[in-house]
Order: sequence, then C-alpha cells, then structure tokens
Amino acid sequence: MTQMATTYSSGTFKEDDRALAKIFAGYSISAAAWLLFATFVGIVLAYKFGAPEFGSGAWLTFGRLRPIHTNATFYGFASIALVGLAYYVAVRSCRTAIYSTRLAWLGLALFNVAAIAGTIALDLGYSAGDLEYREWPWPIRVIFLAALLVTAWNLVATVARRSTEDIYLSNWYMMGGVLWTCIIAVVAILPWYQYGLGQVAVSGFYMHNAVGMWFTPLALGTFYYALPRLLNRPIYSYALGVFAFWTNLVFYPIIGSHHFLFSPLPWWLQTTAIVFSVAMLVPVLGGSANFLLTIRGHFGQMRESYPLAFIFVGVVGYLVGSTQGTFEAFRSLQAVWHLTNFTVGHSHLTMYGFVTFAIWGGTYALLPAATGKYPAQAGLALHFWMALVGSFIYVVSLSIGGTIQGMDWVNQLPFIQSVVDMQPFYVWRGVGGLLMFLSHFVYAWNVWRMTYGSSAKTVPQGSSQIVEDVT
Amino acid sequence: MNKLVLIAGGSTLVYAGLALLMGVAPGIMLSRTPPGPGVKPLTALEAEGREVYVANGCSYCHTQQVRPLAQDKVFGRPSAPGDFAYQTPELLGSERTGPDLSNVGARQPSAVWQYIHLYNPRAVVPDSIMPSFDWMFDVVDKAPAGVSPVPLPKAYAPPHGVVVPKHEAQALLAYLLSLKQSPLPTSEVAGDMGGSAEAAAPATPAASGKEASAPAAATQGSAKGKQLFSTNCSACHQETGEGLPGAFPPLKGNAAVNDPNPATHMHAVLFGLAGATIDGTKYESEMPEFGSMLSDADIADIINYERSSWGNHGKPVTAKDVAAERAKGK
Repeated sequence: MTQMATTYSSGTFKEDDRALAKIFAGYSISAAAWLLFATFVGIVLAYKFGAPEFGSGAWLTFGRLRPIHTNATFYGFASIALVGLAYYVAVRSCRTAIYSTRLAWLGLALFNVAAIAGTIALDLGYSAGDLEYREWPWPIRVIFLAALLVTAWNLVATVARRSTEDIYLSNWYMMGGVLWTCIIAVVAILPWYQYGLGQVAVSGFYMHNAVGMWFTPLALGTFYYALPRLLNRPIYSYALGVFAFWTNLVFYPIIGSHHFLFSPLPWWLQTTAIVFSVAMLVPVLGGSANFLLTIRGHFGQMRESYPLAFIFVGVVGYLVGSTQGTFEAFRSLQAVWHLTNFTVGHSHLTMYGFVTFAIWGGTYALLPAATGKYPAQAGLALHFWMALVGSFIYVVSLSIGGTIQGMDWVNQLPFIQSVVDMQPFYVWRGVGGLLMFLSHFVYAWNVWRMTYGSSAKTVPQGSSQIVEDVT
Repeated sequence: MNKLVLIAGGSTLVYAGLALLMGVAPGIMLSRTPPGPGVKPLTALEAEGREVYVANGCSYCHTQQVRPLAQDKVFGRPSAPGDFAYQTPELLGSERTGPDLSNVGARQPSAVWQYIHLYNPRAVVPDSIMPSFDWMFDVVDKAPAGVSPVPLPKAYAPPHGVVVPKHEAQALLAYLLSLKQSPLPTSEVAGDMGGSAEAAAPATPAASGKEASAPAAATQGSAKGKQLFSTNCSACHQETGEGLPGAFPPLKGNAAVNDPNPATHMHAVLFGLAGATIDGTKYESEMPEFGSMLSDADIADIINYERSSWGNHGKPVTAKDVAAERAKGK
C-alpha cells in the first residue's frame, strides 16, 4: 500500500480503482450470461438423449446445438471470466494500474462478438467441420484471435509497468496462457497444411492445447493469487510453482494425440502422447500439493468461507481430473473408455470441477474486493452446494454409464444394447445437469449483487479483506 | 523488464517451438499421405452430402475411424492412413453414441432403409435415440414422376400424402452410401500400421477361441445367432422377424426360410439381393452381401436362428453347408 501511495496520487489511484472494478464487473457479468446460455443449451441436449423427438427441425437438432454448447462454454463463459480475473490479478499483484481500460473493453466486445457470431453461424449450419472446439467458421475465429491479441498486449503492458521488483507467479501463468493461446489459434486457423490425416494430427494438438494451455494456466494463476489472499498467508512453495510452470509448458503441448489412440495416426505420435500424459503427473501433483499445503492447517476456514470452499473443490477437481486424464491415455484403459460417455464425464470433471470452480472461487474472493459489494452468505451456500452435488451426480453417472457402454462393446453385444444400457445414466446426467444449471442462476444473482445490485448488508464470513500484501 | 522478457518471451518461444513440432510438423507430413488403393475423391453430389453431414454435426455421435480392436470389427476393417486422403475436414469423431459409419455404405446399402431411418430412426430401430431428420423431406400429395415415396410404416407416416426426400436428403444419402472401405492389401496392415497390428494381435486368439467353442453347445450357438441377427439383420427385418411391410420382407413365415432346401436362404445371406420379389411382393430395397463380412460359422448361426424363430421351422444348416454354397459363387 505504501508503495502504491508513492506511485500514484490518491486521486488517480481511486479513479484507476474504479475503472478496474468496472472492467472486472463487466467481464464477470458477461461471463455469467454466457454460462446461463451455454448450460441452458446443455440441458436441452441432455433432455434429447431421453426424448430424441424433442425440439425438432434444423435449428434445434442435436448436432448443431452440441458445438454451440461447448463453444459458448469455452469462448463465451470461461474465456471471458478468466480474462476478467487476469486483469484484476495483474493490476493488484503488480501494484499498478491497468495499461489501457480501452483495450480491456475492446477485448470484451471482441470476445462477445465472436461468441455471438459463432453461435449463430453454427445454428445456421455454417461449421468449419465437426472439429472439436474449432467449429466456428474461420473469420469468426479471427475475431476471437483479435480479442486474444488485444488481451495479451494489455496484460503484458500492465505487468511491464509494475511497481514491484518481481513478477508474481500468477502473472506468469496468466500472461503465458494468453500468449500461448494466440499461437494455438493461429495454428488452428491456417488452412494450407492440414488435409485429411494431417488435419487429424492438428485436431489432436488443438483440442487439448485449447483447454490445457488456455483454461488451465489462467485457472492456476487464479489459485496462486486468490488462495494467499483468502488465507492471508503466502503460497506454500514459490519455487514449486515455478517448477510446475515450466514442466507444464514443456509436457502439455505433446499429449494431444492421445485423443486419437488406435487411429491411423503414426504409432510413434500416439506413444509419445501417452508418455507425456504420464509426465503430466509431475506438474499436476506438484501444483496440487502446493495449493493443498498452502491450505493445510486452515481447512476449517472453509466452514465459513465459501470462496475458499470453491477454490478447494477446484484444486481437487484439477488433481482428480488431470490424474484421470493420465490413466485414460493408457492404451489398455482407452480401449474400453474411448468414444464412450466416460470421456464426457472427464471433460466435465475438468472444465467444471476444476476450471469453473476456480473461476467462481476467484470471482467470489476478488470481485467484492474490487467493487466493495458482497453477495449474501445464503446465495454463496446455495450456489456451492447445488453446483457441487449436481456435478458429482453428473460425473459419477457418466463414468459408470460410460464404463458399461465400453464393456458392452468389448463383449461385442449388438450396438443398440449400449444405447439401451445408457438410458438410466442419461437420466441421472440430466438430474445432475439440472442442479448445475439452476445453481448458475444463483451465481448470476450473486454476481449482480457484487456489481450493480445492492450489496449484502453483512459481509459474508471469511471474505477476503482488502489486504494487498500477500505476494 | 528483463524478467518480463524471460518469462513471457521465453515461454512463448518454447511454446511456439513445441507447437511447430507437435502440431504443424505432423500436420504437414501427414497431409501428404497418398490415397490408399481404391480410395477415390467424392462426386459432386457426395461432396454436397458431406457438407450436410458436417452442418448437422453427425460426427458428434458417429465416428469414422475403425480401430484395430476386436470390438470394432463389426464396423469394418481397421482404418488405414490412405483412407483419409480426400477427407477434409476430417470427420473421425470422438464419440460413439451411434455406430461408426466408415463402412456404412457396404453395411447398409439400402436407400429405402436409409431414407426411412433418416426420416424417423425409430421406424426401423425402435430403441434408437437419433434425432429425426424429417425436415430434410417433403410431404406431398403425390410423388413427382421418377421419385419413389419413402415407404414409411403407418405409425410413422404423416396422416395425409406421401414423403419424398428433399435435395439435401438425396445428397446425404449419396454421401452415406459412398462410405465404403476399399479392401486393404494384407501387407499394408502388417507394414505401415506395425503398431496397430501389434495391438490387434492379442484380440485375435480370443476371438477365434470364441468361434471354436461356439458350435460345441447348440444353445450357445443360438444365443450367438440371436446376437449376430441383432447386429446385422434386425435393422431391416426387425427383432420380431416381421420386416416392414412394403419395405423389407418378413422372415416370419418366409417361404425361403422354411424351405427344407436351404440353398436360397443361404444364397441371399451370402450374396445379397436386389430388386427381388419375395412371397409375391416386389421389394425395391437392396440387401447387402454378408459373405465378405461374416464367417461361414457366423452365417450358419444366423440362418439357424432365423429358421427356428418366430414359428419358423426350416431345416438347420452347418458351417460346411454355407461353405459349399459360398464355393458355388454368385
């Protein structure tokens, strides 16, 4: 604080603070709206598994809504929410002001334009091909790339004008994530070198990197900042965090082809992917241990602090989901689980149990500190328990169902048997999904109270105080 | 500033290098994979059908990759690198809510079946959860000249008029029927896909072991026959053996199935049928030939299941009988 005061006159300081709070609030509101939309589509999709005639016609057909659900979740909700967090974390941990508020708003507009245009294009049947997570026609992905470039520029320039000597670890992950994703986006868009089987190789690379080098680093960066902030103690081991950063960077880009085991991709490419999937245990276990050891001795605080509880679930989701990913990459297990609903369970365990809980934990921990407004404790509790129970039902039912589905195939039963056997698990998935979806209304309400609505009168227990000195 | 350059610049450089190595380089190398023997570019109509397939996200439920695993044999031979030469965007898919379609043109060549199934999958597969693509069809009072209406079962047909495919359904059908795997020279399986063959190896003894033990017990044979029938035949002839009136002939009470001489029955399964008149009804739909997909023992199991179910009592056959009929040729 004292350092800050020397850098800025108190007048500009307050103004900068307000501008940052507005940006953070804008990103959070936009993200909440996208989450509601994306998961509403998800609910419709889940319902279709039991009622295939429901919502007939081209615009509501399953195959068009399915990529709308994933892309809106990825590029509408999660990307926007994490970039909002990244700005706040960068400014606060660097004890400076944002480089450009204009660029931040421009970025938000571009993200939204891309996600809206992408949604409409997919619903009209304009798809770049059923290529996981890059279905948007390329001009729309260029808009998304522009949003990334604007964000990267603004973030790096903000860190460049820091008043601290060091660059706090969160910024490594968050700047890195945005910069690397610019490269991923370019690799995916350029058409001249990806035909037929070559495109399969690029798809393997893209679909895993778009997740693991974008959402993972930004979510981890949120952990590294929000945890010390909530607990008022530094991260357990800074060096371990640095080690996890570099190992994650080197191992992760290599594992993409494990999405195409037993495919005609060269066997060496698949084997390399498996080997590095195992190597991923190093940054995953290192990172998770670091977070858990930071919380150690303070687990009891979760009874009062929902932001901490959200982050704890996120850390466990990271640990369990990533470790599960390593096991899924083994050929023996992949032979059963690949192409089944187990994979869908896995992607929700990671995208929801890890990334989304990280976003919520980060937002609940930091947004009130920016705006000075708090959600009600009851709102936090309701959101937390519905989302947790819902996602638990979701993941467990699809994991069991997916295993049965895979065993039906291994036992060479008529294919339709695997469709029939999945039915009860589709129903349970719908039950879990509905709870998750309902919890998002509570989340939206909470975001509203933290931004433009009326703050809760009593500050929820265990909220982070305005204490900057954690780094 | 130096720290920033090291962290942001350094990590980005490392990442760019890895992206080139693991994404771009394999992409460039594998894009040059030459087409396999017999793999041809799509015709204009088939290519249009492929666009319909992409636009409606068929690959979110249907893969187009047959793995060298015993459980995938039902979908065709293992996919080879040369199969994908004309496949951009690639449609390998990541989920099998529905079956693999790499070889669907050979497995299910009947245009009539495909149209009924697209219009409403439950008309032919009661337990299916595939959406109906009825919006790719028109309901008209009278089919225009040269277009045959889709022979839908009453329960699924519109109350008035007849159903005819729109252009997009015709294109989609052309694409689906083009999905036929070309036969693979055995050397390619052993050579180019060394790893795949290795993975398939442990599966083979298990599969042949099953086959060897199957004829041992008659009950086991009939259970296997029922299973094979479900997988290969029930889509058209239905689990009830009643077929679909006007579209697919019934096997229940079918003259050839109950004929003491099984030759006609065996011949139909081995070599397929097209434009046949069965028990007085002419069927437009084509029946695929199963001789190239199933072993003599499997075909004997299917035939015996058909000859002993739904009140049928045809004389049973042996794998040897099937082999003899096969040797006679088409």
